[in-house]
Amino acid sequence: MKLLRAILLRLATMSVTLIGAAVVVFFVIRVVPGNPIAMMLPPGASEEDIARLTAHYGLDKTILEQFWIWLTGVFHGDFGTSISLRQPVMPLVLGRLPATLELAIFALVIAVVIGGAMALTGVRHRETRTETAVDVANGVGLSIPDFLWALILIVLFGVLMPVFHISGRISPSLDLPFVTQFYVFESIARLRFDLWWDLLKHMFMPALALAIPLAAIISQLLKQSLKETMHLDYVTLSRTKGYSENHVILSEALPNAVLPTLTLIGVQFTFLIGGTVIIERLFSYEGLGNMAIDAVINRDLPLIQGIVIVFALLFTIINLVVDMTYALLNPRLRHA
Amino acid sequence: MLDGRGSIKRRLGARLWLSGTWLGVMALLALFAPLISPHDPLAQDLFAGRLPPFWASGSDPAYLLGTDSLGRDVLSRLIHGARIAFSVALIAGLATAIVGSLLGLLAGYMRGWVDVVISRLVDIWMAFPPVLFAILLIAVLGTGLTSIIIAIVVIDWTRFCRVVRAEAMNQSAMDYVSSAIVAGRPRRDILWREILPNVLPTIVALSTLEMGIAVIVEAILSFVNLSISTDAPTWGGMIAEGRTSIYQAWWVLAFPLAVLFLTVLSFSQFGEGLKDRFDPVLR
Repeated sequence: MKLLRAILLRLATMSVTLIGAAVVVFFVIRVVPGNPIAMMLPPGASEEDIARLTAHYGLDKTILEQFWIWLTGVFHGDFGTSISLRQPVMPLVLGRLPATLELAIFALVIAVVIGGAMALTGVRHRETRTETAVDVANGVGLSIPDFLWALILIVLFGVLMPVFHISGRISPSLDLPFVTQFYVFESIARLRFDLWWDLLKHMFMPALALAIPLAAIISQLLKQSLKETMHLDYVTLSRTKGYSENHVILSEALPNAVLPTLTLIGVQFTFLIGGTVIIERLFSYEGLGNMAIDAVINRDLPLIQGIVIVFALLFTIINLVVDMTYALLNPRLRHA
Repeated sequence: MLDGRGSIKRRLGARLWLSGTWLGVMALLALFAPLISPHDPLAQDLFAGRLPPFWASGSDPAYLLGTDSLGRDVLSRLIHGARIAFSVALIAGLATAIVGSLLGLLAGYMRGWVDVVISRLVDIWMAFPPVLFAILLIAVLGTGLTSIIIAIVVIDWTRFCRVVRAEAMNQSAMDYVSSAIVAGRPRRDILWREILPNVLPTIVALSTLEMGIAVIVEAILSFVNLSISTDAPTWGGMIAEGRTSIYQAWWVLAFPLAVLFLTVLSFSQFGEGLKDRFDPVLR
């Protein structure tokens, strides 16, 4: 009963956040100077044409009326029509979302692997130069945002040592049999490992740029919790039983130290997804973020709205999942 | 006394000094840019386009760090770029700190409906990807230095608000606040004279971090061509230009990138160093 109430309360605040986000975007973008209709028509278009198209997209009505029309549309699953691409917004957005999700998930995997490995190395060799090196690497990784890492990676591995692709999602010369937009998953399902490898080679640089700051955060927090756990009695006990240091760290300390890091990863994952906007632009990766920047430049109001709402929905869902996982994993909350 | 504090203290000192020195040098360059820079940052010399830096063959000693595709001096543009970067960093960093900390203090100390409203707003703000939000705001406000500063404040106040709110709540639960209440001090007095001074170290550390972030935001906006003007010598604009000619002239990208890297790193390390300096346990 208590749990049900907690979940309902959570859903209620979630919808307040989403509606709030929708209101903010809707009104902010309608203050944008520049007529999107004038931008899509050829230079010789008459006043009459402009007026007719403006009415067609409903942009001649008051802002409140427009909001009401848009909101009722959203509840029927209709997010309007993109002005610059002249297609319904939702299929466009859903067509690009998988590319962004694949990139974000790949980045998350890299961050967990690097961050976890660094934390474990730092604890295994604590109070030595190795730990100092891990600390310094964490400090630098935390201070520099993904945008700068991306540029550094472009210079290092795109130009000086060109080993990875720094532009696009997949080599256009390959024949592409995809029916879904989840290229990575589909290439595995179709056993086309040549395509899979090509995708990974394209994704590695942008994903690594997104992953470095998160890896540093994971490494820092996990190392700290591990070091605290290493002082607990039960760890000392297992050490006196003669277990090796590696066994003590991995099997005894790690399971108890990992919980705060898991929660943190969830929250930080939404920041990582937010970072894809500019990273996709830098690497000409055909995802949602890249589309969003084009939409702003073209003053494509319906498309901007659709993209922002999808991002907001994604963030709130991730936060909800994180909280629920935390409640499930934490024995103290499970019986509360 | 045999404990680890001595060595930690020495490491912290070095960090504070190194980052402080770099920031000081950059600030001086920014202040005296017109006196120091060897060339006019906007002057084009199409016959001297894409000259490499001084150590490479084919370089011109008049252009120490080479020139970009329009023959503009990279070093002079870097020095003048420091002006814009530091203006944005200082003004936007401080303004964001003030707005965010005020709202955070109010929410954390007053609680009740004030807290509910401010926290809900923070939630809504956190549902936007910040870069997208920034680009949208610049589309609304138009390009220019003032717009960038406003956009940074509007987007990043939540960073301060969340931390300061939590900190203010912690402080409010402490004994010295209870005794101030018992002593009959007015609420406003407690907020400004008891809680604020105790939250201040956190605010200072966050502020220098925010200054680094402000420099990055300016660079990102320049990169999507929405910053000050396409001509103005900003580090972000130089990076954007360098990105397009990266295979012909890597130095046009590499030098501003290196300067931006060191500046952002210094801002954050300086903040961390200051925070530890304030930390009573280490002191």
